[in-house]
Amino acid sequence: MEAQGGGAHPWMANSTEEAKAAMLRAIGAPSIESLFAQIPEDHRFRGRLDLPPALASEVALKRHMLELLKKNSDCEQNLSFLGSGIWQHHVPAIVDEVVGRTEFLTSVWGTPSSDHGRNQAWFEFCSMLGELVGMEFVGLPVYSWGCAIGNAVRMASRLNGRREVLVPAGMDPERLEVLKQYCEPEGSHGHIAVVPVAWEAASGMLDMADLKAKLSSRTAAVYIENPGSFGVVEARGAEIGKLARAAGAEFIVGVDPISLGVLAPPAEYGADIVVGTIQTLGAHMMAGGGAGGFIASRDEERYAREYPTLNISIAPTDRPGEHGFALSLAHQSSYGMREEGKDWTGNSVYLTTIGCAAYMALLGPQGFREVGEVILQRSHHAAKVLGGIKGLRVAFPCGFFKEFVVNFDGTGRTVAQVNAALRAKGIFGGRDLSADFPALGQSALYAVTEVHTAEDIARLAGALQEIVA
Amino acid sequence: MSDVTPREYHQARWNEPVVMELGAPGRRGITFAAPEAEVAAVGPAAELLPPAMRRKALPLLPEMTEHDTLRHYVRLSQQVLGMVGISLFGTCTMKYNPRLSEALGLRPQMAEIHPLQDPATLQGLLEIVWNFEQILKALSGMDRFTFQAAGGADAAYTHVCVTRGWLEATGQLGQRDEIVTSIQAHPCNPATAAAGGFKVISLPLEEGGYPSIEALKAAIGPRTAALMINNPDDMGIYNPHMKEWVRLVKEAGGLAFYDHANFNGVMGKIRARDLGFDACMFMLHKTFGGPKGGGGPATGAYGCTEELARFLPKPMVNKTASGFALDIPEKSVGKVREFMGNLHIVMRAYAWARGMGADGINEASDISVLANNYMEKELLAVRGVSKSHPDIGGPRMEMTRYSLGTLKEETGIGVGEVANRMTDYGVDAPWLAHEPWHFPEPFTPEAGELWSKEDIDTWVAVVRKVCEEAYANPDLVKSAPHNAAIGKVQGEGCEDPARWATTWRAYLRKHRAASQQQAAE
Repeated sequence: MEAQGGGAHPWMANSTEEAKAAMLRAIGAPSIESLFAQIPEDHRFRGRLDLPPALASEVALKRHMLELLKKNSDCEQNLSFLGSGIWQHHVPAIVDEVVGRTEFLTSVWGTPSSDHGRNQAWFEFCSMLGELVGMEFVGLPVYSWGCAIGNAVRMASRLNGRREVLVPAGMDPERLEVLKQYCEPEGSHGHIAVVPVAWEAASGMLDMADLKAKLSSRTAAVYIENPGSFGVVEARGAEIGKLARAAGAEFIVGVDPISLGVLAPPAEYGADIVVGTIQTLGAHMMAGGGAGGFIASRDEERYAREYPTLNISIAPTDRPGEHGFALSLAHQSSYGMREEGKDWTGNSVYLTTIGCAAYMALLGPQGFREVGEVILQRSHHAAKVLGGIKGLRVAFPCGFFKEFVVNFDGTGRTVAQVNAALRAKGIFGGRDLSADFPALGQSALYAVTEVHTAEDIARLAGALQEIVA
Repeated sequence: MSDVTPREYHQARWNEPVVMELGAPGRRGITFAAPEAEVAAVGPAAELLPPAMRRKALPLLPEMTEHDTLRHYVRLSQQVLGMVGISLFGTCTMKYNPRLSEALGLRPQMAEIHPLQDPATLQGLLEIVWNFEQILKALSGMDRFTFQAAGGADAAYTHVCVTRGWLEATGQLGQRDEIVTSIQAHPCNPATAAAGGFKVISLPLEEGGYPSIEALKAAIGPRTAALMINNPDDMGIYNPHMKEWVRLVKEAGGLAFYDHANFNGVMGKIRARDLGFDACMFMLHKTFGGPKGGGGPATGAYGCTEELARFLPKPMVNKTASGFALDIPEKSVGKVREFMGNLHIVMRAYAWARGMGADGINEASDISVLANNYMEKELLAVRGVSKSHPDIGGPRMEMTRYSLGTLKEETGIGVGEVANRMTDYGVDAPWLAHEPWHFPEPFTPEAGELWSKEDIDTWVAVVRKVCEEAYANPDLVKSAPHNAAIGKVQGEGCEDPARWATTWRAYLRKHRAASQQQAAE
């Protein structure tokens, strides 16, 4: 479709011949081409760019994009139980409005006054997250939970000079792979060994004997998650923290903050550094685009001076009684010190951060309690129902939050077979764990949140009964 | 010189309290449905948790209604200038973000999809990714692209990871342990190289505004793992010897990575592969119309040759006879971030590229370079303004670096104060320069293809006005901003452990307690 508009493009003000001519005249240049004189001719690409035809009309572009997007099958039209790092939670309507505000959407990096509202929203995000995790120092978010773990482990290693981190053997494989990347492969200059600690077969919690056997003077940090990747709540957090500290290691705890209205804040059981996702605080799943991670700790100089993040501090202005916000400890970042800086920083997930601030303010203390309780009850109800189906077994039936492991060994079917059959019924079954955790047999991780009703669980159970019968 | 008068402007000033001070006990912003009887039958929620892990005291969060929460954040948004005024923030290519894509992004087919869904249920998204990869291949000459990196710096990091994978596979890891870059390259290049375990060699700038070939030759050798370099740089200077650079680095046995952060002025004009590069990266939140969002979610598209493609992060999107599939490259380096990347930004970039087409993209780089040279002519006529490397003649690319060194010498007013005063006229501060500053009081505007000639004229008129004020009434500039939501922030305490506070609870402990104590005494 040929675009009309006389050559003027809606996204390019100076695409009119008049504007181009006026600017060329002012410069005194004979042509636009002459302005590219710096590029040697043998660098130039003189061919025709092989791109699909332009859809300059919004009407045509919308139609094309919708044709593509409609080929996706989403979690609203289907009933989904997928989790494992990205979860389907309710995103309140006002969060979309706040995140969509042109001012937030298009800000870059102005002055503390021109960006004031955004900086305040960032500070509020850090403040509310600090209340949830029980920490006083919170950096601006990083790319993802996995990246936050990577940064935190590197912080720990710089603090104590050690080069080994203990992690749960049941850790989510996506996060584990990111951590391993940040810890560099063997043979690389800054390599940190990632050592898995086994889980107890009965409870899914960390195997304390294995932890004690692996803790040593080489241990830079002990990392646990609450809830863990199988959904299990690690009840012995305080004991693990004590053991880590006794060995001279940092104790890093990863959390899903939507649980923190009902679960103890990690600071209470001795965490030195807390990391986690921010996706569950009002970010859409977006095929993983909702990911984001945070790093928090006690407000001690020892920790603060190792943060690789941008940090925003409240500060006075030149008007008495007024406050604004400014960067704190920016010099230690890669912007300030290049290769001498702490890891690196850059664009992150700062728009998501503003939505998360609105989400936390909207929920408040009672909202977090309520959503946590509802998730606990709904997920335990679902586990009970599924565990009652012949051939199905819930691997760690007690003390989990949101996610639980369902084993299908007794059905003689693979998770892949079950999930394919569920998909035909408009249900996305739990994440298949069989390849990553062979010890669990044919198992799937089911995520149940506040969006799932009793009717949804009954529908899932009915479908599973038919499939495994 | 154009004859434009800066407009009178005043930002909204709400005196909006920090959210922690808002609300009242018992208010609710959202409630969650009580569980049905069969769900409630599992027993009280708290008892489903191990006693040691139950939360005892609720978090100290505000208790607000839905309306109050909305108003608070709308007010905060009104105290952000963003692109509502004029923002010529150099190196970030302030581009229009088509709102069609924002609207599409909220549709469930984009917003409510899970990354672990069966690929059969994500065919539309995977087709978008694959289609967009073909576009980037055409623009760069590279063979494959991954979108897992969550920003430009993360794409640089991806290159460091791919370099490690390649070194490992060729038995050179540990031996080739140096990465060469320029002091003028974006800090993410040396920083990610160091974070990936490499020693960094930063070449200094020489005559012509770029490092010399002799310096490069002296830096490379059997320990060279890679070159990570941008071109043109942020001063608008294009290194004409780049082909020779790449040849030398590859001859020495290293990889050559093109940081294409400054792609806007050369889109359709050069292709990384044609210059010999092994890999390159594009920023989709910059050059391809994705929103800035104050700094992400973003996407760094990392592209490379077939030879390096086997090391790319997993998974990759491939086209098969029966549709689009996710595959793991043979020697994948693993992951740099969970899942497949910010594919909602890829969706926006694809829509932008389709809305522009080949001619539009070529025209955009034409206009970017034209607009910058027009702006340069206007800006250099302002008293107090000079440009970097003034001895280098000829047109710059899509950006020029300027200096207010003269203004500072003559008036005592520096670029930070000028930036503050500019916002009084509804114009957001420009980018200054990355560390280290090679020129005193630097600033770096970039007009790109979005902003109109009138916008550029207005922007320059504001600089002119503020510089005139600096000569005539320096205190007016020094005490700016005057028309903003708040006064000038006094940030010195942000570096002091006794005073910095990144959370409200730290603020209360350090400041409220201190002031209460003072009052009591």
